[in-house]
Amino acid sequence: MKIVVCVKQVPDTASEKALRSEDSTLDRDAVDAVMNEMDEFAVEEALQLAERTDGEVTVLLMGPDQGTETIRKALSMGAHKGIHVVDDALHGSDAVATSAVLAAALASEEGAGGAYDLIILGSEASDARTSLVPAMLAERLGLPQLTFAQKVDTDGANVTVERLTDYGHDVVTSGLPAVVSVVEKINEPRYPSFKGIMAAKKKPVSTLDLGDLGLDAAEVGAAGAWSKVEDFAVRPPRTTGELVKDEGDGGKQLVSFLASRKLV
Amino acid sequence: MAEILVLVDHLDGDVKKVTLELLTKARSLGEVSAVFVGSGFDTAKDKLAEYGAATVHVADADELTAHPVAPKAELLAKLVADGDVAAVLVPGTAEGKEVAARLAIKTGSGVITDAVDVVASDQGIVAEQSVFGGSTVVHSTITRGTPVVAVRPNATQPEPAPAAAERVDVAVELSASAKLATVTERVVKSRTGRPDLTEASIVVSGGRGVNGAENFTVVEALADALGGAVGASRAAVDSGWYPHQSQVGQTGKTVSPQLYVAAGISGAIQHRAGMQTSKTIVAVNKDAEAPIFDLVDFGVIGDLFDVLPQATEEVAARKG
Ligand SMILES: Cc1cc2nc3c(=O)[nH]c(=O)nc-3n(C[C@H](O)[C@H](O)[C@H](O)COP(=O)(O)OP(=O)(O)OC[C@H]3O[C@@H](n4cnc5c(N)ncnc54)[C@H](O)[C@@H]3O)c2cc1C
Ligand SMILES: Nc1ncnc2c1ncn2[C@@H]1O[C@H](COP(=O)(O)O)[C@@H](O)[C@H]1O
Repeated sequence: MKIVVCVKQVPDTASEKALRSEDSTLDRDAVDAVMNEMDEFAVEEALQLAERTDGEVTVLLMGPDQGTETIRKALSMGAHKGIHVVDDALHGSDAVATSAVLAAALASEEGAGGAYDLIILGSEASDARTSLVPAMLAERLGLPQLTFAQKVDTDGANVTVERLTDYGHDVVTSGLPAVVSVVEKINEPRYPSFKGIMAAKKKPVSTLDLGDLGLDAAEVGAAGAWSKVEDFAVRPPRTTGELVKDEGDGGKQLVSFLASRKLV
Repeated sequence: MAEILVLVDHLDGDVKKVTLELLTKARSLGEVSAVFVGSGFDTAKDKLAEYGAATVHVADADELTAHPVAPKAELLAKLVADGDVAAVLVPGTAEGKEVAARLAIKTGSGVITDAVDVVASDQGIVAEQSVFGGSTVVHSTITRGTPVVAVRPNATQPEPAPAAAERVDVAVELSASAKLATVTERVVKSRTGRPDLTEASIVVSGGRGVNGAENFTVVEALADALGGAVGASRAAVDSGWYPHQSQVGQTGKTVSPQLYVAAGISGAIQHRAGMQTSKTIVAVNKDAEAPIFDLVDFGVIGDLFDVLPQATEEVAARKG
């Protein structure tokens, strides 16, 4: 089985985030970059499915040069090869542009002309938190969408997932190829082993730019975005209110406070 | 006046509160048409009328709900193509955002998710978002197509403004690609009788400090006394003490209630990301240095197993 897993590099959530005043994009220089945590679960799921089916896993990432670190991490976990789409014109791309680029990369020669059985993504990137890319990719590729999966099963011809819902879950099934996104409940991502890290250095990573994909710079990046940030403002941080030490009546004091705010 | 389409979120005609919020917002933007997919319109009609839907496009063919997401996007795209639509508002739920995603691609339109407000201006529809855990407020416009906006639940107070809710049936010929994935089973967890986490005006959450699934009854008791929903930190969910659906935070739900109570939760940045925009925040924690205290309006430094039961009793006593 041939599997592609789409991974994004994001600012480490532990560091403070800010928008750049010049162009209202994330100030990436100010923070450390890591693999989007949800995508570690996507990589793990891809590896487990590949192990069961004697398959191959390709990692696909769109992002600046330093994105290679994230591709290497997926390769050191066990993925077989990488595709890195990098182009200055991609800076500021929204989900619409990102999904167009990922779709084009999958269709390219390096992307085996789209000859994949499964395309696995995380269900949300921790930076923009839009959860749009998986559904947009399925729409663009005309493939079945099986998203928010907490469990994935395949017999090589069909794929069945448990789609997490607010009321429980739906069992959703389709033929292959299909687009799947996973939630973090699905598995326990492995840590790269020393051997894996060494092996990753020799694994192939192809680098593609917009020209290779036949895409126009005007369709992507901030210029091609279909929405525009008009303005933004930083709110003053919350300040601590009243703190009391429980001396036996902490619960009562809490409720008095709630009553003073008309919350009980 | 141009139409504003509002996708109705409902379970067999039981309309979710977020729909009423969307209808309330939509009224200030144009002529409101609700879009109702599935069965149960008769149950839903009065609510939709009460909150200002002039028209309701009803599509109740089974096909539309047998396949996830894609049919709804196709239906909305058809309504956008056939009508004079100024904007489409969808609930900012996991599924609502996916419908928005596909609709945006189908209609060549810009999309904004997690909006906390939508207003009309000279530049067209302006959406307000609250990002980075509420620390930054962003205003955005859509520069292409028919604006598609996913509005976060609990961002507006629903206000009634009666209208006709006149039923208009829509027939859709679904394309083959909308039917590729099929729902074969729907597993509904037993209902707790509590409000939905993202819709609740009060949320009481427990963390690692609750120390065991059986101890969550302490958290539930306070939630029930206050008429709220129960949430959990990831540490509590990962330990298997509470279901994943209840997780609040970066990789869980974003909640914005009138009152958020954090019990035995340290207040890690990833947890804050999901609750920081709550109107009033209170916390109970043994550790005076816990970072959650940085953002509380009121905090009790103490053992949650003392403080929560006493608070529950006190609420009951005040209610008489
Ligand atoms: C990429 C990523 C995404 C994440 N997403 C989320 C997310 O969506 N949601 C989330 O919550 N976390 C998330 N986390 C995890 C987060 O970093 C914290 O690990 C987690 O929130 C800690 O949960 P906690 O506060 O319950 O536990 P702890 O940090 O262990 O805190 C427990 C607290 O309970 C207090 N306590 C103990 N016993 C008592 C008692 N008897 N009475 C009163 N207080 C007591 C302690 O003093 C302590 O402050 C994420 C982490 C990463 C890396
Ligand atoms: N630039 C990117 N490169 C590769 N995959 C991406 C990129 N952006 C988003 N994705 C994938 O889409 C998922 C959802 O992201 P989002 O829709 O942005 O919340 C992520 O978890 C990734 O799997």
